[in-house]
Amino acid sequence: MNVLYLRRRITNVVGLSLSLLATLFTLFWLFWILWTTFTEGIAALNWRVVTEMTPPPGSEGGLLNAIYGSFVMIVIAVLIGSPTGILAGIYLAEFGKKGALAGVIRFINDILLSAPSIIIGLFVYELVVRPQGHFSAWAGSIALAIIMLPVVIRVTDETLRLVPDNLREAALAVGAPKWSVVLQVTLPAAVSGVLTGVLLGIARISGETAPLLFTALNNQFWSTNLNGPMANIPVSIFQFALSPYEQWHSLAWAGGFIVTFLILILSIVSRMILFRK
Amino acid sequence: MPVAEENQVSLERLAKRRFRLGDFLFQNLTAVIAVLVGLLLLATGASMLVGGQEAFQKFGLGFFVSTAWDPVAKNFGALVPIYGTIVSAVLALIIAVPVSFCIALFLTELAPVWMRRPLGIIIELLAGIPSIIYGMWGLFVFAPFMAAYVQPPINDTLGNIPLVGAFFSGPPLGVGMLTAGIILAIMIIPFISSIMRDVFLQAPPVLKESAYGLGATTWEVMFKVVLPYTRAAVVGGIFLGLGRALGETMAVTFVIGNAHDLTFSLLQPANSIAAVIANEFTEADSPTYLSALIALGFVLFIITFVVLAIAKLLLLRLGSLEGRK
Repeated sequence: MNVLYLRRRITNVVGLSLSLLATLFTLFWLFWILWTTFTEGIAALNWRVVTEMTPPPGSEGGLLNAIYGSFVMIVIAVLIGSPTGILAGIYLAEFGKKGALAGVIRFINDILLSAPSIIIGLFVYELVVRPQGHFSAWAGSIALAIIMLPVVIRVTDETLRLVPDNLREAALAVGAPKWSVVLQVTLPAAVSGVLTGVLLGIARISGETAPLLFTALNNQFWSTNLNGPMANIPVSIFQFALSPYEQWHSLAWAGGFIVTFLILILSIVSRMILFRK
Repeated sequence: MPVAEENQVSLERLAKRRFRLGDFLFQNLTAVIAVLVGLLLLATGASMLVGGQEAFQKFGLGFFVSTAWDPVAKNFGALVPIYGTIVSAVLALIIAVPVSFCIALFLTELAPVWMRRPLGIIIELLAGIPSIIYGMWGLFVFAPFMAAYVQPPINDTLGNIPLVGAFFSGPPLGVGMLTAGIILAIMIIPFISSIMRDVFLQAPPVLKESAYGLGATTWEVMFKVVLPYTRAAVVGGIFLGLGRALGETMAVTFVIGNAHDLTFSLLQPANSIAAVIANEFTEADSPTYLSALIALGFVLFIITFVVLAIAKLLLLRLGSLEGRK
């Protein structure tokens, strides 16, 4: 066995061991984070979390108004973001195809997909909050819708392009107009993919904090007024975690647990839908 | 022509026209929405330019090189947050890139086949944990850990070396640039490694098989065949991770320490653009203060836009490489 061969073998073994170690190392950190979130979160969970309002400093309470606020804003964001995203995705896949305009929009969409969410928050602040003169749940919902939009567009575009052209040709050949081909043939064929996109979008916005900070802000009280500041879980976590009060810390962990659990469930369900076929 | 037949013909014509009208409306509706999405990015930049106008006008180019941050005297400069943003993101990359490469290597070449997909999915799922969780964990668990076990030994060893020591000195507070960099690294590793894995999987198997056939080791196949072939896309993936790290808000805000002093020590509290905005936005009590924060947002927008655009262009090159063969 010559020296060169031995050195190559050793490099190989060292390199491969390093990659195994790196994988274990990363999983260790990530599971540490998950473990902390779950143990601290479960310890902090009790009935008060879902039945009482966020408390004043230093006293016991729950997250009911924050849970409600997050729910309302996510629902509105989905109602705005998913139809818009699906329509834009339809344009890219069915009309724009490989054209220059579609190429540019795909490029911009991919940048929006990775753009810092804090920037979207500032944008909606300038667009909605400043002209209105006050923070509002509407502004929060719009910010979340904009963050969800690129996810839905990308997934819709990709799954529609996977639908075989035979289906389109067959529908056109029996005289169906293009819009009915899209809405009644290709979109139903791609429905599981589009649904995955919407679910991934919801998972993406459920934990977003920065954009809500400048739009919906927070509210210590129960509020159903969409035109005023509204409580939500992420901003409550932010506020409570940075406070000096033990009770608030434990509520922050409870909120963190709820959000993380929801996101993991959503991501798993969306993958199951995608892989079922 | 009999009346009935004439009616028939015009009905058909009408039906045809309605079909075309439907198509016209539908196609243009989707096109308008798609173009609006495209304009969104432009509007985002423009809105922050308008919001930050006052600060830009008042401080001029000095805004970018001034270390001042005095809400009372209404004197603001962006240098400290810009420095912190870049240094924390670069620290994160220094840790995350080699680790992500190793994970991608493990997932594409090394792991038993049955393990590859579940492990990949687990790592992708972990990439979805919201950043505020990383931040909270960093504040309550990791910062105390750093203060107790990591920073004192660094202080005692690296801190005493001349020149280099300046980067590693200061009291062990737990929070600071290094802590922020490590947490950012943990956040972007799942992200970069998933992209790298997808990119490595696109390398043609023929290339790898030929290298193996010539007697190359796994490590050599990765480093001398797969990596050169996918180089542009790998760098693109790294840039996407960099874009994430630069704009990351919550994870950094909790652990960077929020200090407006320019310090070169990585163990000292610092600040980043996103952290400054998130921390001080609701406290901004004067139009100049608010405008300075939004001007910072504009700077962040430009930095991340450039980084992400480069990333996308590099990633697209692998796609065109595929198309050419």
